[in-house]
Amino acid sequence: MTHKLTIENLHVSVDDKPILRGVNLVLHEGETHALMGPNGSGKSTLGMAIMGHPKYEVNSGTIKLDDQDVLALSPDERARAGLFMAFQRPVAIPGVKMADFLRHSTTNVRNPNRQEGEDLIPMKEFRKELTDNMNKLEMDVQFARRYVNDGFSGGEMKRAEILQLAMLQPTFAILDETDSGLDADAVRLASESIAEIGRAKMGLLIITHHDKLLIHNPPEFTHVMLGGRIVETGGIELAEELHASGYERIRAAYPDAEAQNEAMSSSEVIS
Amino acid sequence: MATEITPGEKSEVVGEINKYDFRTENVAVFKVEKGINADIVRQISEMKDEPQWMLDFRLEALEIFESKPMPEWGGDIDIDFQDIYYYLKPTEGQGKTWDEVPAEIKETFERLGIPQAEREYLAGVKAQFDSEVIYGSVSEDLDKLGVIFTDTDTALKEHPELLREYFGTIIPSLDNKFAALNSAVWSGGSFIYIPPGVKIEFPLQAYFRINAQNMGQFERTLIIVDEGAEIHYVEGCTAPMYSSDSLHSAVVEVICKKNARCRYTTIQNWANNIYNLVTKRAVCMADATMEWVDGNLGSQLTMKYPAVYMMEPGAHGEILSIAFSGKGQHQDAGAKLVHVAPNTTGQIISKSISKDGGRSSYRGLVRVEKGAHDAKNNVVCDALILDADSRSDTYPYIEVMEQDVSIGHEASVSRIGEEQLFYLTSRGLSEAEASAMIVNGFIEPLVKELPMEYAVEMNRLIQLQMEGSVG
Repeated sequence: MTHKLTIENLHVSVDDKPILRGVNLVLHEGETHALMGPNGSGKSTLGMAIMGHPKYEVNSGTIKLDDQDVLALSPDERARAGLFMAFQRPVAIPGVKMADFLRHSTTNVRNPNRQEGEDLIPMKEFRKELTDNMNKLEMDVQFARRYVNDGFSGGEMKRAEILQLAMLQPTFAILDETDSGLDADAVRLASESIAEIGRAKMGLLIITHHDKLLIHNPPEFTHVMLGGRIVETGGIELAEELHASGYERIRAAYPDAEAQNEAMSSSEVIS
Repeated sequence: MATEITPGEKSEVVGEINKYDFRTENVAVFKVEKGINADIVRQISEMKDEPQWMLDFRLEALEIFESKPMPEWGGDIDIDFQDIYYYLKPTEGQGKTWDEVPAEIKETFERLGIPQAEREYLAGVKAQFDSEVIYGSVSEDLDKLGVIFTDTDTALKEHPELLREYFGTIIPSLDNKFAALNSAVWSGGSFIYIPPGVKIEFPLQAYFRINAQNMGQFERTLIIVDEGAEIHYVEGCTAPMYSSDSLHSAVVEVICKKNARCRYTTIQNWANNIYNLVTKRAVCMADATMEWVDGNLGSQLTMKYPAVYMMEPGAHGEILSIAFSGKGQHQDAGAKLVHVAPNTTGQIISKSISKDGGRSSYRGLVRVEKGAHDAKNNVVCDALILDADSRSDTYPYIEVMEQDVSIGHEASVSRIGEEQLFYLTSRGLSEAEASAMIVNGFIEPLVKELPMEYAVEMNRLIQLQMEGSVG
């Protein structure tokens, strides 16, 4: 059966300020979707709401993974159900080693019914898999012993997010600007790695401003977000157009959404 | 005498069966009446067949105890001193092998994992049950080197000259009310003497267990590390949960002679109705190093400020302290470093965690005496607060009487980050696992200083404290 992530009429607010105003989106396993739009249009908010960040309050609408009500699940249950988001600015957790964290995380995601205190995946098996993935990402083995995102450079952070994507093998992954802040070589490596990891049959929702990631991961669908709504959906040609010409046409075509976008991006809320 | 070991009442505070919360039924062969007075003190001394000078020392301390007021700072102490048993003898004599220890007491320590730890990685062990040390062993190799590791009562009989020279010299009875109380009714504790140049690779361990209700445990530990010698001493402390309070009030004196090195590690996990009021102090001579590693979990109120007095040039004092306060608990813990001589260095690292309405305080004193020029001292204290009901306070006292010194103090207080929790849970960790991981990460810089087995135990204890209780 092909898995399906369905978002219907989703309204989300942060600190009582509405950000998303009725988002509709359907992703199937194996599909790649690009999510584009100017700053403050609500792209990251959509990702955070899908993962269940407590600050992002869903006021109405539904998110379903197949027949399962995602909104009824806690973030860890969502992860165990097969959802993943690579964060734009992952938070540092001093004192917690990457390898320890990832071993717990990988175990839980692979054994969704695991209770606390039950066995973790065997160390030897885990270490081999981790090392293999780190080699592919051209990461030093020492990396596994560093504290999660603590003192990481921008590039290291993004690589660590991709490493987690590779280990956790989610059904659906949201990549929030996983290519930003990287130099050209790093963007290429990130793009190729994601293509290889996702090639199997992951459903990808890629939030990006660049085109490198999309060249390696050509989207079947491109969605443009403005003022908290998806105002246009097209194929790869839409992504190409936006890269070439920017958002002027979109802003002009949807004046209501544009007005809301302006209001949102000028307020303090970061979406 | 019952031989059955029964699980303790389910602790309301921890809310789950704790591996330490079991009781060994009424094993005492002798106990004095409840309460404290000169007669009780005489009885204890007589029971122990002590020399006159020790009885005099006890009686003088009793007067000091009675004349001193309760400390006005720290936590709320509500102890009825006449409702406590000050001496309770669990067996007739001390075992040199575990087989000589009465079965029910042996089983207690089996459950606490002590004999196993001894087989695996310890050079010597003392186990104290209520008032008396009931088991003692030291490896033959150490014996041959002239190392003395015994209980303080035995030391008083076998090494009276060392006791007379050092006992009560680092912490006199006048020091504070609870040091005076200990001096009056002390029983058990470890006595260690390490001869010059002897370096002990494996830790020596003592384990203190309060078993009886309304019991006061007043062990007295004295460690003398002679010139150029090295030692790591580890103590663990537990008690089952009773409906009424017990008191643990130890005195620990350490002397590090020239070039000596002593690390003293404590992992305390008292039941949540124990008052833990302990005085610990070391003096360091030239180029000597003293390290206190102090892990405080459990107890109702802990007031404990391990101290190092750096008496001669080149002395180094270091205190690493972790406090974890849960529901109904107050950890008033800290450290005291006194630079008496020039070119001495000191460091305090304190980490505290407060949760479910618990309160952790850091109370520290750094003092540089006149003449202690070029002293260097650095204090770092970090507090982590897990919920809005919990509390953390910092009381740093810095007294500097000298010009050319370097003193640093950093303090931070943080709440467990919503962003950190979300990050970890969004990768499949349950909220409890994520919180425990963040807390363990917070104390990691200290835990990695512990011997491996204790690091594992510390992490496990934190995990236990964290389970099912995340707000």
